[in-house]
Amino acid sequence: MAELRFTKDHEWIRVADGDVYEIGISDYAQSQLGDVVFVDLPEIGKQIAKGGQAAVVESVKAASDVYSPVGGTVVGVNDALTADPGLVNREPTGAGWFFKLKTGDTAQFTELMDEAAYADYVKGLG
Amino acid sequence: MSDDSDLKFTPLDALHRSLGAKMVPFAGYAMPVQYPAGILTEHLHTRSAAGLFDVSHMGQALLLGPDAATALETLVPGDLQVLKEGATRYTQLTDDNGGILDDLMATKRSDGLYLVVNAACKDADFARIEAKIGSRAKLQRLDDRALLALQGPKAAEVMARLAPDSVGQKFMTLRAGKIGAFDCWFTRSGYTGEDGYEISVPAAQAEAFTKLLLDQPEVKPIGLGARDSLRLEAGLCLYGHDIDTTTSPIEADLVWSISKRRRAEGGFPGAARVQKELADGPSRKRVGILPEGRAPAREGTEIVDSSGNKIGIVTSGGFGPTVNGPIAMGYVPASFAQPGTPVGLVVRGKTLPAKIAGMPFAPHRYFRG
Repeated sequence: MAELRFTKDHEWIRVADGDVYEIGISDYAQSQLGDVVFVDLPEIGKQIAKGGQAAVVESVKAASDVYSPVGGTVVGVNDALTADPGLVNREPTGAGWFFKLKTGDTAQFTELMDEAAYADYVKGLG
Repeated sequence: MSDDSDLKFTPLDALHRSLGAKMVPFAGYAMPVQYPAGILTEHLHTRSAAGLFDVSHMGQALLLGPDAATALETLVPGDLQVLKEGATRYTQLTDDNGGILDDLMATKRSDGLYLVVNAACKDADFARIEAKIGSRAKLQRLDDRALLALQGPKAAEVMARLAPDSVGQKFMTLRAGKIGAFDCWFTRSGYTGEDGYEISVPAAQAEAFTKLLLDQPEVKPIGLGARDSLRLEAGLCLYGHDIDTTTSPIEADLVWSISKRRRAEGGFPGAARVQKELADGPSRKRVGILPEGRAPAREGTEIVDSSGNKIGIVTSGGFGPTVNGPIAMGYVPASFAQPGTPVGLVVRGKTLPAKIAGMPFAPHRYFRG
């Protein structure tokens, strides 16, 4: 698996293929949300700015926005989440990915927290 | 994180924390929203076995005196005079406009009535009762008692084991007696749609009593999150959301809680509006709503007609684990209230198709004997 990077909003991102990135939410995020029952995914072709609202994840209790760690164009979504949103809880950084984004600015990726930095960040949240 | 310093704590606070509960502020109390099992598992466990809820934040009181039932009828539309000793009624405190100040349970005792009201309203409720009828009946708050709800299809088995006196007890009746070694008052009632009991116990014994119940193999602790999804599936109103001072008991589809005598006689605050709505029909009505897709429509979601005109609002909405899909309730004009009527729900700018639905969403399984 390619290297994961993380945002302070608890999204993860990894290189899927060249300038296409795969994006989801972290294990910490899914544990805070609880049982995920619905994911509202972006439309393919949608342009999203870095930090822009990209998807909505609904747990039994509430709806939460998911932001894009980098700016770009949506080129794929994880249709498996429609039938089985619980994948987000069971495999948050694997089969529970949300969408794929093609970006012209790959440098944005390296500015994000790596796994060790994110682990420290989460620890600091108590 | 929220500051806990202004919060009140139930007698079970330490136990909740030791069980790994996630505590949240609710109605001025630190309350368990969920335990490590999670809301979905807790909900399904309550529907298949037995769930134990701490509802000690709710207000308990006695209204004492031979005139208690007659006096309280001047504040609520429920029929309290008809109650035999040990019988429980669901009713509402109404205001002069026929709006709902709170909903409550009233149980007839030999010395008066036993009342259970909502946590967020309890101080105002008890102040109103004292101010309006304090000269006719004496209100005695029971702040030294905890309240637990044991709910689910296995609740009766658990009670039969610990309290042989409970066998045969019918829905909406109270008995006083021992559960294990503990002196309790228990009504066969609850707010999940399941068979079960609400159990009042002295606060000093609440933790030991709760541990006894949790030691039973069928019983697991359940938080407020699952309490909300269970009551929504059961089609039951949450005060401050589905009912409040802007809604009348008739609009809220609570006609069943007002007897023929009280409908005819009135004699409670706002009776004129209630009687007019009974005669002419209410202009709007609380209904169930089933979204057709998988997206939940939360409280505050706009309900629209086929032309996109706003016709109402969702007052409770989310995911129903037993239904295994999104469910909601809200208010629509009477002309849209028929089950099967198509409506739209505006979720994040998109209008999603939905249908008005009969409630409950999950069948009630009360024990009527």
